[in-house]
Amino acid sequence: MKILAVCGMGLGTGLLLRMQAEKALRELGIQADLEVADIGTARALASSADLILTSEELAPQLGQVKPKIVTISNFIDLREMVTKLRAAME
Amino acid sequence: MDQLNYVINWIAKDIFGVPAYLVGLMTMIALIASRKGAGEVVGGALKATLGFIILGIGAGAVIGALTPLGALITGAFGVEGVVPTNEAITAIANGIPDVAQNVAFAMFIGVIGSLVIARLTPLRYVFLTGHHMLFMATVLTVVLYNAKVDSAVQIIVAAFGLATMMVIMPAFSMPWMKKVTGNQPVAMGHFGTLGYIAAGMTGQVVGRGSRSTEEMQFPQGLRFLRDPMVGTAVAMIFIYLLLTIIFTLRIGEAAALEAVVAAGFAGAAGAAGGLLGFLTTMFNQALVFGGGVAVILLGVRTILGEIVPAFAGIAERVIPGAVPALDCPVSFPYAPNAVLVGFLASVVGGLVGFGILWAGVGAWLVVPLILPGMIPHFFTGGTAGVFGNATGGRRGAVAGGFVNGLIITLFAAFLVPVMSAIGFQGTTFGDADFQWFGFVVGNIARIEGNVAAVGVAVLCVVLLVVASWFQKRYVDTGWVPGGQPTPTPPTGSEQPAHGVA
Repeated sequence: MKILAVCGMGLGTGLLLRMQAEKALRELGIQADLEVADIGTARALASSADLILTSEELAPQLGQVKPKIVTISNFIDLREMVTKLRAAME
Repeated sequence: MDQLNYVINWIAKDIFGVPAYLVGLMTMIALIASRKGAGEVVGGALKATLGFIILGIGAGAVIGALTPLGALITGAFGVEGVVPTNEAITAIANGIPDVAQNVAFAMFIGVIGSLVIARLTPLRYVFLTGHHMLFMATVLTVVLYNAKVDSAVQIIVAAFGLATMMVIMPAFSMPWMKKVTGNQPVAMGHFGTLGYIAAGMTGQVVGRGSRSTEEMQFPQGLRFLRDPMVGTAVAMIFIYLLLTIIFTLRIGEAAALEAVVAAGFAGAAGAAGGLLGFLTTMFNQALVFGGGVAVILLGVRTILGEIVPAFAGIAERVIPGAVPALDCPVSFPYAPNAVLVGFLASVVGGLVGFGILWAGVGAWLVVPLILPGMIPHFFTGGTAGVFGNATGGRRGAVAGGFVNGLIITLFAAFLVPVMSAIGFQGTTFGDADFQWFGFVVGNIARIEGNVAAVGVAVLCVVLLVVASWFQKRYVDTGWVPGGQPTPTPPTGSEQPAHGVA
């Protein structure tokens, strides 16, 4: 599966989400490709992704997209990432 | 012997002399050090190299669009002007092989150095904002290059400066960051920090009894500006067209167009001519600028996507329990309304700063005019709004954003002269810390070539000592400006932080 980590510029927060998701996926024992995108190009990339990770404020800006959107409120909380990813995968 | 010389010369010129390969090699080393598999090492290194090539392609577009902009500003106001855009100035600096090579080395050594400093001092912060490492390495290398310091010394001093800034700025902003996040173990790792601290202090002064920005309704219609590509394009269209109109009103469209073409702009040849042709040609250049910045960002993102995770992996093993210092949007969820308030107030501050420079320029200040660059105003203004709101509610958010906008405009004007080695390029760095540190280092370096390197090193040591004292005296004792914060989790969060596990 392919996961897109989205933030405003695709430089800081998105990268952090990607690193946290990598850890969480390792813990859950799930294999996935992770890619970082900025909010401007995320909609174009969304068609090839299975899941989108982003912040609560940016999620509405993605609008209607094919993949499921998972919003993370505390970027450094690994437990939140694990819980939400597990719920999304089911 | 001749063959050996040939090989050495070849390695120096055709491999180490090509910045893109150098970035790829550095990435390869970082990936090997974080024990990645052979496939990931090769793929990552190649991707970082391609990222650098992409960066150069975007730079070409932005430089092309800056040519008519420079002519428009000069024509409209009678003095030179710049629009600060970190991505653009970094890409331009990296177009000079000597500078680009040294930037790559300085960044690599500086990032490793920051881990060593974090390990050895009380300043246990791991700075993870990769593009700001690149920008800071670029500022410092350029100002030292400008002062004609030897290449090797440039690299070492720039690396030390970068390493110092990567641990001291998160420490200085930590008390305000605690106020924002409600004592969570996350630091601000963004080189606009001087503006945020100023905003936090301003908020405390003006905001007594003011209610939080989060208790008010903000028009949804303005949120589209949060997309940097859209925000930059909208602002650039506005700037290009407004300047075109002012210039035309001053000397007529034919003469104005002629002046723009004389400045080296070739894109007007196929246009219909006349006022409408002039306006649409400039409209097109505004879009080229916006598109070029997006391409540069893609390049930077491609490089950092490989380097930063590798660096974070190393840091976790070397400095257990360190606080991650993260990109400024980490503060946005704590006060989303304050972000927009701060952004708008920052742009107003930038325009007031522009007015101050216009009034003072030519009279007693020998600095260029600074027009608002939208990316710095959005990200640093928004964060300043969050900090101002934390200490002083709505009034604090407005005043904090305004002060930030004023700082990044006035400081930018003073940074331009110390970077003159790369010529007048119509752009410069847009965030406060690049500006004040670049200005200070640039002026020390000006004294006397290599001797000045010692001066910069002493400055860094002093900053580290002061920051360590501040960390022990204020941060470790739990001091928070304006009293302990009520624990406010980011919107919608129900769990406390567990830190980076």
